[in-house]
Amino acid sequence: MDTVIDVSGLVKRFGRSTALDGLDLRVPAGEVHGFLGPNGSGKSTTIRVLLGLLRADGGAVSLFGRDPWRDAAELHRRLAYVPGDVDLWPNLSGGEIIDLLGRLRGGLDESRRADLVERFELDPTKKARTYSKGNRQKVALVAALAADVELLILDEPTSGLDPLMEAVFTDCVDELKDAGRSVLLSSHILAEVERLCDTVSIIRAGRTVESGTLADLRHLTRTSITAELAATPTGLERLEGVHDLAVQGVRATFEVDTVHLGDALAALGGFGVRSLTSRPPTLEELFLRHYSAEDPA
Amino acid sequence: MTGTLTLLRFHLRRDRLMLTWWVLGGVLLYYSQAVSTDSLYATQAELDRAARGIKSNVAFIAMAGPARALDTIGGQVAWQAAAFGAVVAGLMSMFLVVRHTRAEEENGRDELVRAAVVGRYAPVAAAALVVVVANVLLGSLVAASLLSYGLPGAGSWALGLAAALAGLVFGAVALVAVQVAEGSRAAVGMTCAAIAVAYLLRAVGDTGDGALSWLSPIGWGQSMRPYADESWRPALLSVAAVVVLAAVAVRLLDRRDLGSGLWATRPGPGRGRLGSSWGLAWRLQRGSVVGWLVGLLLGGLAFGSIGDDVGDLVGDSSFSQDVFAQGGGSIVDSFYATLAVMLGLLAAGFTISSVLRLRGEESDHFAELLLSTGLSRRRWAVSHLAVAVIGTVAVVAAGALGLGLGFALVTGDVGTAATFAAAASAYVVPALVLGGVTTLAWSLRSAWARAGWVLLVFGLVVLLFGATLQLPGWLMDLSPFNALALVPAESFSPGPWIGQAVLVAVLGIAGIAALERRDID
Repeated sequence: MDTVIDVSGLVKRFGRSTALDGLDLRVPAGEVHGFLGPNGSGKSTTIRVLLGLLRADGGAVSLFGRDPWRDAAELHRRLAYVPGDVDLWPNLSGGEIIDLLGRLRGGLDESRRADLVERFELDPTKKARTYSKGNRQKVALVAALAADVELLILDEPTSGLDPLMEAVFTDCVDELKDAGRSVLLSSHILAEVERLCDTVSIIRAGRTVESGTLADLRHLTRTSITAELAATPTGLERLEGVHDLAVQGVRATFEVDTVHLGDALAALGGFGVRSLTSRPPTLEELFLRHYSAEDPA
Repeated sequence: MTGTLTLLRFHLRRDRLMLTWWVLGGVLLYYSQAVSTDSLYATQAELDRAARGIKSNVAFIAMAGPARALDTIGGQVAWQAAAFGAVVAGLMSMFLVVRHTRAEEENGRDELVRAAVVGRYAPVAAAALVVVVANVLLGSLVAASLLSYGLPGAGSWALGLAAALAGLVFGAVALVAVQVAEGSRAAVGMTCAAIAVAYLLRAVGDTGDGALSWLSPIGWGQSMRPYADESWRPALLSVAAVVVLAAVAVRLLDRRDLGSGLWATRPGPGRGRLGSSWGLAWRLQRGSVVGWLVGLLLGGLAFGSIGDDVGDLVGDSSFSQDVFAQGGGSIVDSFYATLAVMLGLLAAGFTISSVLRLRGEESDHFAELLLSTGLSRRRWAVSHLAVAVIGTVAVVAAGALGLGLGFALVTGDVGTAATFAAAASAYVVPALVLGGVTTLAWSLRSAWARAGWVLLVFGLVVLLFGATLQLPGWLMDLSPFNALALVPAESFSPGPWIGQAVLVAVLGIAGIAALERRDID
């Protein structure tokens, strides 16, 4: 499978502060890749390096196998981008801006444009000055989604959309996936990422801390167990990978590293299991663990 | 009205630098007229001669105002500064009003403020109070500075009061405009139009029977006759206008939604014809190009219509010799050679602001969106620079045309008029040099983009004070305007001119090369 985005060891400094400190990111063709990280972790900076707006200070960056800094304009014909904060020329209408951006990308699909304007319920005759944040975002989204491109780079594209429009957006990404396009989706909305993304990268303080499929990542986390047993359990605290153990009579609750789940269940079996609930880790917990960790390594 | 005083304090704190510059600039406008009149005319006889010259020239009257007591320093100051001072006070008030009303609503800060314990009228009341503070400050400092120069008390106070009242009237106009206009830029446009109409009404009135001047807030100030047997009644007209306009503004405020004006934004086309960076650059800049074209044409006409009786006007003082007799030759030739440079410097103002549109597009994040498409940095920059270059050529040509036309109309001497027009058109090249410097500075680092303005101010200082300050030649030649021969007082030498044209190309190419090497904000 071809790799659309391949970043390794990316370093970007602004003066004395280091925004990206050895970041890795790989997006294979045809994949929807979630790009996650707390505020200020370097998501937008990475995207701007990928777009050739910022020059990398170190590491290797390749977009469609080429250098985005050197061949920016040429590569941009193959992608469409929606910025996190969409600012538009106040005295141009939404329709004018969609058409301008489309033509500068090398043309857009007329029927898809009309379809998207309708689905997003966008009034293209309004001047950009009168659009709300959500409507400005829709203008950029329509322009990007109507373009016939291989890759979409979307920086928190639904942050200003209402739930109805979010659903429209989700459908659009599904269609892109079906059509074999690649998407880099930076987002904070975990349900959206879980629903849309094949793989995710989590970054923190300019470094990639986790990357892989959601299933892979879950594997690295803990499962919560609540068990009612026939006898008072003993020795659970000595099991490898068990945390936050609380025993109240015959009832035990604890968290266990998912890799050690089997051992823990075997141990519980020795005390006679009456009832057992196990809750897999939510993506939320996954993020919180990485977002709040003191040391990203 | 709850919270008005808190907001006022907050505004004054935010505006303290801007207000200082506006007030200082306004005061300097008046004070410098006193100083320059004193230094232009060494004797009372010269001043009398100048007064007669001005009185008999309709163009002068139209430009500044009715000729009253021009044989006194005070009369000269009032004549030269009253109309322009009223415009400056009006612009200051307008910017303050727009900044604290619609601009705040547009960037969302107003909502934040209104969510706090703040009355419905507090933001508008605070904006109005800032304007009052600014104009009281301006008016009293103008009066005080002229008093300290030794001019008569009543006249100085009348002149200061006229400035303050004009500022208040135009501030009130702006207060109405922000309720009506579709956005802050449109409100600025409407208020500027009102100031321009006021200026034109008094120009036409002053050259005729004076009736139209009574329709102009600028005319009301001049009717107070500072230093020429003051009359205080016209001040009541200004006060009445402020009260009526403010009442209208409050009424309109009740009837509009925050964030939008009474006049809804007209819808635009649902489909766009814009398809290239060239079209976009022209679309974004065309308003400013047309504005500057008209401005330079009118400026040229005003300069040209001074005609050939400049000898009396200029006087024999050493200062006026330094400024207007640079390069020797006949006084008319050197006078117009100097005015040609002035037109060139004005045109360079367009060139620099046009190039800086690139910086604006970058800092407003429009560039990020554009450069994520198939548009290359080079093509993006070149399309705006093309507008800057073509626009500069057109703007300089308009100024030169106006100069020649004005001179020919007043004197009937078409041959000489053509010479002056040709002399003025040569300054397209130094104007472009300043544009080139701006391009390179911005391309190297966005924060350096103002370098062009610094060079423009330097050029102005060299032109007006270079000889008086006896600056060394090499230093003065750092201004590209000074490095050219003062045609027609001196004969044209193509060497430096061609050299500067080459420099423009080099600066442009270096600028684009630098832009391709730096980060885009």
